[in-house]
Amino acid sequence: LMTAKSLASKETVNGRCWFYSDDDDGISVYLNRELHAMNTVVAQLQTQFQDYLVSLYQQGFLDNQFTELRKLQDEGTPDFVAEVVSLFFDDCSKLINSMSRSLERPENVDFKQVDSGVHQLKGSSSSVGARRVKNVCISFKECCDVQNREGCLRCLQQVDYEYKMLKTKLQDLFNLEKQIVQAGGAIPQHFPSYTILRPDIRPCLDA
Amino acid sequence: MASDGGVSCLRRSEMMSVGIGGIDSPPLDVDEVHVLAVDDSLVDRIVIERLLRITSCKVTAVDSGWRALEFLGIDNEKASAELDRLKVDLIITDYCMPGMTGYELLKKIKESSSFRQVPVVIMSSENVITRIDRCLEEGAEDFLLKPVKLADVKRLRNYLARDVKHSNGNKRKLPKDSPPLTLSPDSSDSSPPRSTLSPDSSDSSPPPSTLSPDSSDSSSPPLSPVEIFSSPLLSPLDDEVDDVLTSSPESTPSLVRRQKMRSPGLD
Repeated sequence: LMTAKSLASKETVNGRCWFYSDDDDGISVYLNRELHAMNTVVAQLQTQFQDYLVSLYQQGFLDNQFTELRKLQDEGTPDFVAEVVSLFFDDCSKLINSMSRSLERPENVDFKQVDSGVHQLKGSSSSVGARRVKNVCISFKECCDVQNREGCLRCLQQVDYEYKMLKTKLQDLFNLEKQIVQAGGAIPQHFPSYTILRPDIRPCLDA
Repeated sequence: MASDGGVSCLRRSEMMSVGIGGIDSPPLDVDEVHVLAVDDSLVDRIVIERLLRITSCKVTAVDSGWRALEFLGIDNEKASAELDRLKVDLIITDYCMPGMTGYELLKKIKESSSFRQVPVVIMSSENVITRIDRCLEEGAEDFLLKPVKLADVKRLRNYLARDVKHSNGNKRKLPKDSPPLTLSPDSSDSSPPRSTLSPDSSDSSPPPSTLSPDSSDSSSPPLSPVEIFSSPLLSPLDDEVDDVLTSSPESTPSLVRRQKMRSPGLD
Protein backbone atom coordinates (compact mmCIF):
# COMPACT_ATOMS: atom_id res chain seq x y z
CA LEU A 1 0.00 0.00 0.00
CA MET A 2 2.99 2.29 0.13
CA THR A 3 2.95 4.52 -2.91
CA ALA A 4 5.98 6.30 -4.32
CA LYS A 5 4.42 9.60 -3.26
CA SER A 6 4.04 8.58 0.34
CA LEU A 7 7.65 7.59 0.71
CA ALA A 8 8.74 11.01 -0.43
CA SER A 9 11.58 11.79 1.94
CA LYS A 10 13.24 10.53 5.02
CA GLU A 11 15.19 12.70 7.33
CA THR A 12 16.98 12.16 10.54
CA VAL A 13 16.69 15.10 12.84
CA ASN A 14 18.35 14.98 16.24
CA GLY A 15 18.80 11.23 15.97
CA ARG A 16 15.13 10.72 15.31
CA CYS A 17 13.78 9.49 12.05
CA TRP A 18 11.05 11.42 10.22
CA PHE A 19 9.24 10.47 7.06
CA TYR A 20 7.35 13.23 5.36
CA SER A 21 5.80 14.07 2.03
CA ASP A 22 4.42 17.11 0.31
CA ASP A 23 0.87 15.91 0.09
CA ASP A 24 -1.45 14.84 2.86
CA ASP A 25 -1.25 11.24 1.84
CA GLY A 26 -2.72 9.10 4.59
CA ILE A 27 -0.02 6.50 4.24
CA SER A 28 2.78 8.89 5.06
CA VAL A 29 0.87 10.04 8.10
CA TYR A 30 0.49 6.44 9.15
CA LEU A 31 4.19 5.80 8.70
CA ASN A 32 5.01 8.87 10.68
CA ARG A 33 2.75 7.82 13.46
CA GLU A 34 4.51 4.47 13.71
CA LEU A 35 7.90 6.06 13.68
CA HIS A 36 6.72 8.70 16.08
CA ALA A 37 5.70 5.99 18.54
CA MET A 38 9.09 4.36 18.28
CA ASN A 39 10.82 7.68 18.41
CA THR A 40 8.87 8.70 21.45
CA VAL A 41 10.35 5.89 23.51
CA VAL A 42 13.82 6.75 22.31
CA ALA A 43 13.17 10.45 22.77
CA GLN A 44 12.03 9.93 26.32
CA LEU A 45 15.08 7.89 27.14
CA GLN A 46 17.33 10.42 25.49
CA THR A 47 15.77 13.24 27.46
CA GLN A 48 16.09 11.24 30.64
CA PHE A 49 19.73 10.58 29.87
CA GLN A 50 20.53 14.19 29.11
CA ASP A 51 18.72 15.48 32.16
CA TYR A 52 20.52 13.01 34.37
CA LEU A 53 23.90 13.82 32.89
CA VAL A 54 23.28 17.54 33.31
CA SER A 55 22.28 16.99 36.93
CA LEU A 56 25.56 15.21 37.62
CA TYR A 57 27.42 18.31 36.49
CA GLN A 58 25.10 20.62 38.38
CA GLN A 59 25.60 18.68 41.58
CA GLY A 60 29.35 18.81 41.11
CA PHE A 61 29.97 15.12 40.62
CA LEU A 62 31.51 15.69 37.23
CA ASP A 63 33.51 18.42 35.58
CA ASN A 64 34.60 19.36 32.10
CA GLN A 65 37.14 16.58 31.89
CA PHE A 66 34.29 14.06 31.81
CA THR A 67 32.97 15.92 28.79
CA GLU A 68 36.40 15.52 27.24
CA LEU A 69 36.31 11.78 27.88
CA ARG A 70 32.93 11.48 26.20
CA LYS A 71 34.39 13.10 23.12
CA LEU A 72 36.76 10.17 22.84
CA GLN A 73 33.91 7.70 22.61
CA ASP A 74 32.21 6.81 19.33
CA GLU A 75 30.15 4.02 17.74
CA GLY A 76 33.31 1.97 17.38
CA THR A 77 34.20 2.36 21.05
CA PRO A 78 30.85 2.69 22.82
CA ASP A 79 32.21 1.48 26.14
CA PHE A 80 35.29 3.63 26.36
CA VAL A 81 34.09 5.93 29.12
CA ALA A 82 32.58 3.09 31.12
CA GLU A 83 35.82 1.14 30.92
CA VAL A 84 38.03 4.05 31.89
CA VAL A 85 35.91 4.95 34.90
CA SER A 86 35.81 1.31 35.88
CA LEU A 87 39.61 1.27 35.99
CA PHE A 88 39.48 4.50 37.96
CA PHE A 89 37.17 2.96 40.55
CA ASP A 90 39.45 -0.07 40.85
CA ASP A 91 42.31 2.35 41.42
CA CYS A 92 40.31 4.14 44.12
CA SER A 93 39.59 0.94 45.94
CA LYS A 94 43.20 -0.19 45.85
CA LEU A 95 44.65 3.15 46.92
CA ILE A 96 42.12 3.65 49.69
CA ASN A 97 42.94 0.22 51.09
CA SER A 98 46.68 0.84 51.12
CA MET A 99 46.32 4.32 52.60
CA SER A 100 44.02 2.91 55.24
CA ARG A 101 46.72 0.44 56.23
CA SER A 102 49.32 3.20 56.38
CA LEU A 103 47.08 5.27 58.65
CA GLU A 104 46.05 2.41 60.85
CA ARG A 105 48.43 2.72 63.79
CA PRO A 106 48.66 6.20 65.27
CA GLU A 107 52.22 5.72 66.44
CA ASN A 108 53.48 4.59 63.08
CA VAL A 109 51.87 6.43 60.20
CA ASP A 110 53.65 6.34 56.87
CA PHE A 111 52.69 9.81 55.64
CA LYS A 112 54.91 9.47 52.63
CA GLN A 113 52.94 6.52 51.45
CA VAL A 114 49.67 8.27 52.15
CA ASP A 115 50.87 11.33 50.26
CA SER A 116 51.82 9.19 47.31
CA GLY A 117 48.39 7.55 47.36
CA VAL A 118 46.60 10.90 47.51
CA HIS A 119 48.72 12.21 44.66
CA GLN A 120 47.79 9.25 42.48
CA LEU A 121 44.14 9.50 43.39
CA LYS A 122 44.06 13.20 42.70
CA GLY A 123 45.67 12.63 39.34
CA SER A 124 43.37 9.92 38.14
CA SER A 125 40.21 11.59 39.47
CA SER A 126 41.26 14.72 37.62
CA SER A 127 41.82 12.73 34.44
CA VAL A 128 38.30 11.29 34.41
CA GLY A 129 36.47 14.38 35.62
CA ALA A 130 35.54 13.02 39.04
CA ARG A 131 35.24 16.45 40.56
CA ARG A 132 34.13 15.70 44.11
CA VAL A 133 36.71 12.96 44.52
CA LYS A 134 39.40 15.30 43.29
CA ASN A 135 38.35 18.06 45.66
CA VAL A 136 38.51 15.74 48.66
CA CYS A 137 42.03 14.81 47.55
CA ILE A 138 43.02 18.46 47.74
CA SER A 139 41.96 18.63 51.40
CA PHE A 140 43.45 15.23 51.98
CA LYS A 141 46.84 16.38 50.74
CA GLU A 142 46.72 19.35 53.11
CA CYS A 143 46.12 17.04 56.07
CA CYS A 144 48.96 14.87 54.92
CA ASP A 145 51.34 17.80 54.57
CA VAL A 146 50.87 18.72 58.22
CA GLN A 147 50.81 15.09 59.29
CA ASN A 148 47.32 15.33 60.67
CA ARG A 149 46.28 11.72 61.11
CA GLU A 150 42.74 12.49 62.24
CA GLY A 151 42.22 14.78 59.29
CA CYS A 152 43.61 12.14 56.98
CA LEU A 153 41.25 9.54 58.33
CA ARG A 154 38.29 11.85 57.80
CA CYS A 155 39.39 12.57 54.25
CA LEU A 156 39.93 8.91 53.61
CA GLN A 157 36.39 8.18 54.69
CA GLN A 158 35.08 10.99 52.57
CA VAL A 159 36.97 9.94 49.47
CA ASP A 160 35.68 6.42 49.93
CA TYR A 161 32.13 7.75 50.15
CA GLU A 162 32.52 10.00 47.15
CA TYR A 163 33.95 7.45 44.78
CA LYS A 164 31.29 4.93 45.68
CA MET A 165 28.57 7.54 45.21
CA LEU A 166 29.95 8.48 41.82
CA LYS A 167 30.19 4.84 40.86
CA THR A 168 26.49 4.38 41.54
CA LYS A 169 25.56 7.54 39.66
CA LEU A 170 27.58 6.61 36.62
CA GLN A 171 26.20 3.09 36.66
CA ASP A 172 22.73 4.58 36.35
CA LEU A 173 23.94 6.80 33.53
CA PHE A 174 25.46 3.90 31.61
CA ASN A 175 22.28 1.88 32.10
CA LEU A 176 20.30 4.67 30.45
CA GLU A 177 22.76 4.62 27.59
CA LYS A 178 22.21 0.90 27.14
CA GLN A 179 18.46 1.35 27.11
CA ILE A 180 18.71 4.01 24.44
CA VAL A 181 20.84 1.79 22.25
CA GLN A 182 18.52 -1.15 22.78
CA ALA A 183 15.55 0.98 21.76
CA GLY A 184 17.37 1.77 18.54
CA GLY A 185 18.35 5.31 19.42
CA ALA A 186 21.58 7.28 19.36
CA ILE A 187 23.24 8.46 22.54
CA PRO A 188 23.10 12.24 22.75
CA GLN A 189 26.61 13.52 22.44
CA HIS A 190 25.97 17.07 23.29
CA PHE A 191 24.08 18.85 25.97
CA PRO A 192 20.47 19.53 25.05
CA SER A 193 20.03 22.49 22.81
CA TYR A 194 16.37 23.22 22.71
CA THR A 195 15.28 23.60 19.13
CA ILE A 196 11.80 23.62 17.79
CA LEU A 197 11.23 21.87 14.53
CA ARG A 198 9.91 24.15 11.80
CA PRO A 199 6.21 23.53 11.14
CA ASP A 200 6.85 22.82 7.48
CA ILE A 201 9.07 19.86 8.23
CA ARG A 202 7.19 18.56 11.19
CA PRO A 203 4.85 15.78 10.08
CA CYS A 204 1.15 16.28 10.38
CA LEU A 205 -0.10 13.81 12.96
CA ASP A 206 -3.57 15.14 13.41
CA ALA A 207 -5.21 13.62 10.37
CA MET B 1 46.79 -3.29 21.50
CA ALA B 2 45.12 -3.09 18.12
CA SER B 3 47.69 -2.30 15.50
CA ASP B 4 45.65 -0.47 12.94
CA GLY B 5 46.94 2.90 14.02
CA GLY B 6 43.60 4.59 13.61
CA VAL B 7 40.65 4.84 15.92
CA SER B 8 40.36 1.45 17.49
CA CYS B 9 38.38 -0.26 20.14
CA LEU B 10 40.35 -0.92 23.28
CA ARG B 11 38.88 -3.87 25.06
CA ARG B 12 39.37 -4.13 28.78
CA SER B 13 41.98 -6.86 28.31
CA GLU B 14 43.78 -4.64 25.88
CA MET B 15 43.55 -1.79 28.30
CA MET B 16 45.18 -3.90 30.96
CA SER B 17 48.06 -4.77 28.70
CA VAL B 18 48.68 -1.19 27.68
CA GLY B 19 50.99 -0.67 30.59
CA ILE B 20 53.17 -3.64 29.98
CA GLY B 21 55.43 -1.98 27.52
CA GLY B 22 54.49 -2.94 24.00
CA ILE B 23 58.03 -4.09 23.36
CA ASP B 24 56.79 -6.65 20.90
CA SER B 25 54.82 -4.24 18.74
CA PRO B 26 54.90 -4.99 15.03
CA PRO B 27 57.07 -3.03 12.58
CA LEU B 28 55.69 0.40 11.85
CA ASP B 29 54.56 2.03 8.70
CA VAL B 30 56.99 4.84 7.88
CA ASP B 31 54.24 7.37 7.31
CA GLU B 32 52.46 6.81 10.57
CA VAL B 33 53.25 9.04 13.46
CA HIS B 34 54.48 6.93 16.32
CA VAL B 35 54.26 8.26 19.83
CA LEU B 36 55.83 6.82 22.93
CA ALA B 37 53.75 7.70 25.97
CA VAL B 38 55.16 7.35 29.46
CA ASP B 39 52.98 7.53 32.57
CA ASP B 40 52.89 5.52 35.77
CA SER B 41 49.12 5.94 36.09
CA LEU B 42 47.09 3.32 34.25
CA VAL B 43 44.07 5.58 33.90
CA ASP B 44 46.23 8.32 32.41
CA ARG B 45 47.91 5.90 30.04
CA ILE B 46 44.55 4.72 28.74
CA VAL B 47 43.35 8.27 28.25
CA ILE B 48 46.50 9.55 26.57
CA GLU B 49 46.63 6.55 24.32
CA ARG B 50 43.04 7.09 23.23
CA LEU B 51 43.66 10.80 22.72
CA LEU B 52 46.62 10.00 20.51
CA ARG B 53 44.88 7.26 18.56
CA ILE B 54 41.94 9.50 17.84
CA THR B 55 44.39 11.89 16.23
CA SER B 56 45.72 9.03 14.09
CA CYS B 57 48.90 8.30 15.93
CA LYS B 58 50.32 4.93 16.60
CA VAL B 59 50.98 4.64 20.31
CA THR B 60 53.23 2.67 22.57
CA ALA B 61 52.46 3.31 26.22
CA VAL B 62 54.84 2.35 29.00
CA ASP B 63 54.60 2.78 32.73
CA SER B 64 58.04 4.12 33.64
CA GLY B 65 61.09 5.98 32.44
CA TRP B 66 63.12 2.80 32.63
CA ARG B 67 60.71 0.97 30.37
CA ALA B 68 60.83 3.88 27.97
CA LEU B 69 64.62 3.73 27.79
CA GLU B 70 64.42 -0.01 27.40
CA PHE B 71 61.95 0.34 24.57
CA LEU B 72 64.08 2.91 22.82
CA GLY B 73 67.17 0.82 23.39
CA ILE B 74 68.98 3.70 24.99
CA ASP B 75 70.06 1.79 28.05
CA ASN B 76 71.86 -0.95 26.20
CA GLU B 77 74.08 -1.29 23.20
CA LYS B 78 72.05 -3.74 21.15
CA ALA B 79 69.76 -1.00 19.92
CA SER B 80 71.00 -1.20 16.38
CA ALA B 81 69.13 -4.43 15.70
CA GLU B 82 65.81 -2.83 16.60
CA LEU B 83 66.61 0.54 15.12
CA ASP B 84 64.51 0.29 11.99
CA ARG B 85 61.49 -0.62 14.04
CA LEU B 86 61.87 2.22 16.42
CA LYS B 87 60.60 5.17 14.50
CA VAL B 88 59.54 7.35 17.33
CA ASP B 89 58.20 10.74 16.31
CA LEU B 90 57.25 12.05 19.69
CA ILE B 91 57.76 11.13 23.30
CA ILE B 92 55.19 12.34 25.76
CA THR B 93 55.90 11.77 29.41
CA ASP B 94 54.47 12.49 32.81
CA TYR B 95 56.69 14.55 35.06
CA CYS B 96 56.00 13.01 38.46
CA MET B 97 56.84 9.35 38.32
CA PRO B 98 58.40 7.11 40.93
CA GLY B 99 61.94 6.00 40.15
CA MET B 100 62.81 8.17 37.18
CA THR B 101 61.00 11.46 36.75
CA GLY B 102 59.96 12.79 33.38
CA TYR B 103 62.66 15.39 33.69
CA GLU B 104 65.33 12.74 34.19
CA LEU B 105 63.96 10.80 31.25
CA LEU B 106 64.07 13.95 29.16
CA LYS B 107 67.73 14.44 30.01
CA LYS B 108 68.61 10.89 29.09
CA ILE B 109 66.82 11.21 25.77
CA LYS B 110 68.62 14.43 24.98
CA GLU B 111 71.91 12.77 25.82
CA SER B 112 71.23 9.99 23.34
CA SER B 113 72.60 10.42 19.85
CA SER B 114 69.82 8.42 18.26
CA PHE B 115 66.92 10.08 19.98
CA ARG B 116 67.96 13.58 20.95
CA GLN B 117 66.10 15.06 18.02
CA VAL B 118 62.84 13.41 18.91
CA PRO B 119 60.54 16.02 20.41
CA VAL B 120 59.72 15.39 24.04
CA VAL B 121 56.59 16.75 25.67
CA ILE B 122 56.17 16.82 29.43
CA MET B 123 52.81 16.47 31.17
CA SER B 124 52.19 17.51 34.71
CA SER B 125 49.26 18.10 37.02
CA GLU B 126 51.13 20.93 38.68
CA ASN B 127 51.58 24.32 37.13
CA VAL B 128 54.99 25.16 38.56
CA ILE B 129 56.81 27.78 36.53
CA THR B 130 60.28 26.73 37.64
CA ARG B 131 59.51 23.16 36.70
CA ILE B 132 58.25 24.20 33.29
CA ASP B 133 61.27 26.39 32.68
CA ARG B 134 63.64 23.64 33.67
CA CYS B 135 62.04 21.24 31.25
CA LEU B 136 61.98 23.70 28.39
CA GLU B 137 65.60 24.59 29.03
CA GLU B 138 66.54 20.95 28.96
CA GLY B 139 65.02 20.75 25.51
CA ALA B 140 61.40 19.77 26.00
CA GLU B 141 59.26 20.91 23.10
CA ASP B 142 56.15 21.56 25.08
CA PHE B 143 54.58 21.25 28.46
CA LEU B 144 51.01 20.09 28.89
CA LEU B 145 48.99 20.61 32.00
CA LYS B 146 46.95 17.64 33.13
CA PRO B 147 44.26 16.64 32.68
CA VAL B 148 45.16 16.46 29.03
CA LYS B 149 42.41 17.36 26.59
CA LEU B 150 41.79 16.56 22.96
CA ALA B 151 42.69 20.11 21.95
CA ASP B 152 46.14 19.72 23.53
CA VAL B 153 46.87 16.56 21.61
CA LYS B 154 45.50 17.95 18.36
CA ARG B 155 47.85 20.86 18.71
CA LEU B 156 50.81 18.54 19.12
CA ARG B 157 49.65 16.51 16.19
CA ASN B 158 49.52 19.54 13.93
CA TYR B 159 52.99 20.43 14.95
CA LEU B 160 54.28 16.96 14.13
CA ALA B 161 52.48 16.54 10.83
CA ARG B 162 54.92 18.81 9.06
CA ASP B 163 57.86 16.65 10.02
CA VAL B 164 56.64 13.14 9.32
CA LYS B 165 57.46 13.24 5.63
CA HIS B 166 61.09 14.06 6.26
CA SER B 167 61.83 10.64 7.54
CA ASN B 168 65.43 9.97 8.38
CA GLY B 169 65.53 7.01 10.70
CA ASN B 170 64.88 8.33 14.13
CA LYS B 171 66.09 11.76 13.34
CA ARG B 172 63.02 13.70 12.52
CA LYS B 173 64.08 16.98 11.05
CA LEU B 174 62.51 19.91 12.72
CA PRO B 175 62.00 22.99 10.59
CA LYS B 176 64.95 25.21 11.39
CA ASP B 177 63.52 28.50 12.35
CA SER B 178 60.06 27.61 13.46
CA PRO B 179 59.13 28.20 17.05
CA PRO B 180 58.00 25.16 19.00
CA LEU B 181 54.35 26.03 18.75
CA THR B 182 52.23 27.14 15.91
CA LEU B 183 48.86 28.07 17.19
CA SER B 184 46.23 27.69 14.55
CA PRO B 185 42.51 28.44 14.44
CA ASP B 186 40.80 25.82 16.43
CA SER B 187 37.27 25.66 15.26
CA SER B 188 36.74 21.95 15.28
CA ASP B 189 36.62 21.39 18.94
CA SER B 190 34.88 22.81 21.87
CA SER B 191 37.36 23.45 24.59
CA PRO B 192 38.27 27.05 24.96
CA PRO B 193 41.85 27.85 25.89
CA ARG B 194 42.53 27.80 29.56
CA SER B 195 44.12 30.69 31.28
CA THR B 196 46.83 30.52 33.87
CA LEU B 197 46.35 34.16 34.58
CA SER B 198 44.21 34.43 37.63
CA PRO B 199 42.64 37.84 38.14
CA ASP B 200 45.28 38.80 40.64
CA SER B 201 48.29 37.46 38.85
CA SER B 202 51.18 39.79 39.11
CA ASP B 203 53.74 38.47 36.72
CA SER B 204 52.10 39.31 33.44
CA SER B 205 49.57 41.64 32.02
CA PRO B 206 46.05 40.35 32.45
CA PRO B 207 44.03 39.24 29.45
CA PRO B 208 41.44 41.68 28.13
CA SER B 209 38.29 40.15 29.53
CA THR B 210 35.97 37.27 30.24
CA LEU B 211 37.56 35.62 33.22
CA SER B 212 34.70 34.14 35.16
CA PRO B 213 34.71 35.69 38.60
CA ASP B 214 34.74 32.54 40.62
CA SER B 215 35.46 29.00 39.91
CA SER B 216 33.19 26.56 41.63
CA ASP B 217 36.10 24.32 42.32
CA SER B 218 39.46 24.77 43.89
CA SER B 219 41.63 23.87 40.98
CA SER B 220 40.78 25.44 37.66
CA PRO B 221 42.62 24.12 34.65
CA PRO B 222 44.94 26.71 33.15
CA LEU B 223 46.40 27.15 29.69
CA SER B 224 49.36 25.12 28.77
CA PRO B 225 51.89 27.25 30.60
CA VAL B 226 53.94 28.13 27.55
CA GLU B 227 50.94 30.10 26.44
CA ILE B 228 51.38 32.51 29.30
CA PHE B 229 53.97 34.21 27.23
CA SER B 230 51.94 34.64 24.12
CA SER B 231 49.80 37.67 23.49
CA PRO B 232 46.80 38.16 25.71
CA LEU B 233 43.84 36.15 24.65
CA LEU B 234 40.18 35.95 25.31
CA SER B 235 40.23 33.05 27.68
CA PRO B 236 37.19 32.12 29.69
CA LEU B 237 37.87 29.60 32.42
CA ASP B 238 36.26 26.47 31.25
CA ASP B 239 35.69 24.70 34.47
CA GLU B 240 32.51 26.57 35.25
CA VAL B 241 29.54 24.26 35.37
CA ASP B 242 27.56 26.87 33.48
CA ASP B 243 29.96 26.87 30.60
CA VAL B 244 29.73 23.14 30.36
CA LEU B 245 25.98 23.22 30.27
CA THR B 246 25.37 26.03 27.88
CA SER B 247 27.99 25.46 25.29
CA SER B 248 27.59 22.88 22.64
CA PRO B 249 30.69 22.16 20.63
CA GLU B 250 29.54 24.21 17.69
CA SER B 251 28.78 27.33 19.60
CA THR B 252 32.14 28.03 21.20
CA PRO B 253 33.84 30.78 19.23
CA SER B 254 36.99 29.70 17.54
CA LEU B 255 39.98 31.70 18.55
CA VAL B 256 42.76 32.74 16.34
CA ARG B 257 45.92 32.92 18.33
CA ARG B 258 49.10 34.46 17.20
CA GLN B 259 52.23 32.42 17.10
CA LYS B 260 53.75 31.81 20.44
CA MET B 261 57.00 33.56 21.01
CA ARG B 262 59.44 32.85 23.75
CA SER B 263 59.33 35.57 26.28
CA PRO B 264 62.74 37.16 26.61
CA GLY B 265 64.28 37.37 30.00
CA LEU B 266 62.53 34.33 31.31
CA ASP B 267 65.63 32.98 32.92
